[in-house]
Amino acid sequence: MNHALVQLAAEAEKENPLIPPWPELVIGLIAFVIVFGFLAKKLLPTINKVLEERREAIEGGIEKAEAAQTEAQSVLEQYKAQLAEARHEAARLRQEAQEQGATLIAEMRAEGQRQREEIVAAGHAQIEADRKAASSALRQDVGKLATDLAGKLVGESLEDHARQSRVIDRFLEDLEEKAEAAR
Amino acid sequence: MSADPTQTLAFDTSCHLFDGCGFPAPGLHSFMFEPLWGDADGNGFYFNKPMLLALLGSVIVVGFFWAAFARPKMVPGKLQMIAEAGYDFVRRGVVYETIGKKEGEKYVPLAVSLFFFIWMLNLWSIIPVASFPVTSIIAYPAVLAAIVYITWVSLTFKRHGFVGFFKNVTGYDKSLGAVLPLAMVIEFFSNLLVRPFTHAVRLFANMFAGHTLLLLFTIASWYMLNGIGIAYSGVSFVMVIVMTAFELFIQAVQAYVFVLLTCTYIQGALAEHH
Repeated sequence: MNHALVQLAAEAEKENPLIPPWPELVIGLIAFVIVFGFLAKKLLPTINKVLEERREAIEGGIEKAEAAQTEAQSVLEQYKAQLAEARHEAARLRQEAQEQGATLIAEMRAEGQRQREEIVAAGHAQIEADRKAASSALRQDVGKLATDLAGKLVGESLEDHARQSRVIDRFLEDLEEKAEAAR
Repeated sequence: MSADPTQTLAFDTSCHLFDGCGFPAPGLHSFMFEPLWGDADGNGFYFNKPMLLALLGSVIVVGFFWAAFARPKMVPGKLQMIAEAGYDFVRRGVVYETIGKKEGEKYVPLAVSLFFFIWMLNLWSIIPVASFPVTSIIAYPAVLAAIVYITWVSLTFKRHGFVGFFKNVTGYDKSLGAVLPLAMVIEFFSNLLVRPFTHAVRLFANMFAGHTLLLLFTIASWYMLNGIGIAYSGVSFVMVIVMTAFELFIQAVQAYVFVLLTCTYIQGALAEHH
């Protein structure tokens, strides 16, 4: 065995390790071509396609997210604008209602005042008319009583109308004169 | 392996310290394999363990990416996520960084294939039973470097024409003045002749050295496992573990460097000459 080793060592020294034998070159080439062929023709194009798809999917996802964000932002702004508008509108309505209420109250107050004055005026007129009616009725009654009394006293019928009215008038005039004199 | 076809390990396991036999040091013979099929002595075709590992490596790389990418999902599973991370690392971290996104897209498959193929072949080094970095045999880095070389040279021709090609590879620059001829000669040699060689040898030599170191400490751990040597054997075994971890790192780095250089060469081919 030792002899065989020595012989092999001697053989190996003769062979230059930097000079490749051709069968090894051929096998080396075949082995590499197998790897290169499979990778270059089939496997790398396949994975490249998927990597590209994935990249696009990710970019698409980002774009979608960005679009959604922009939309959300615009919706938020719109909502805020609407809210502000609604607030403004509410304030305006409240203001308007207050103004309307004030005018309404003022109107009603004026109306009330007017009605009150009317009622007061009507009352005054009624009182005046009643007073006048009472005054004329009183005058007749007093005249009648006076004439009746005078007739009874003088025994003379003063029922004659002309005389009667003359006597009454005179009597009343006397009364008024006396009243004025008394004043 | 040994010339003895019955021996499947990298060294003679019956030999120990104080047994009267010498240290079975690793050497070039550690990188020679008895053919599994055919005859290595003649000029005929043969098939050996590194070849098997190379083909198995491509099957694993293709299988991995097939499982991850054949039915890709928009929301990736664990496997697809890992594969995508690796793919993205080469695509963005290497190709886009050196060549740029627009021009580089065309060379992404080449870079990705190179990176994972080389990494896998390197990884065989620390995978039990395989335990051999296929890239420590010059033929494999040489084939890959040749593919890259053909790619960038033909690309330079296509992009710049014959005169442009010449200017590109010689770094033609009038402002150099009197030094220009010398610079052109150096650049020509450096770019067109030395470059593919260093490209292949950088990977080969790193993996070769790494595997030799691993072998050295592994063999030493076993060889010294006798008498007082056991203490040293322990130290050596710790080194095996440390070196294995280090190799794991180097394997990825070397695959990365190979692909980075590939992209740099392609970028140089695309670049406008001054």
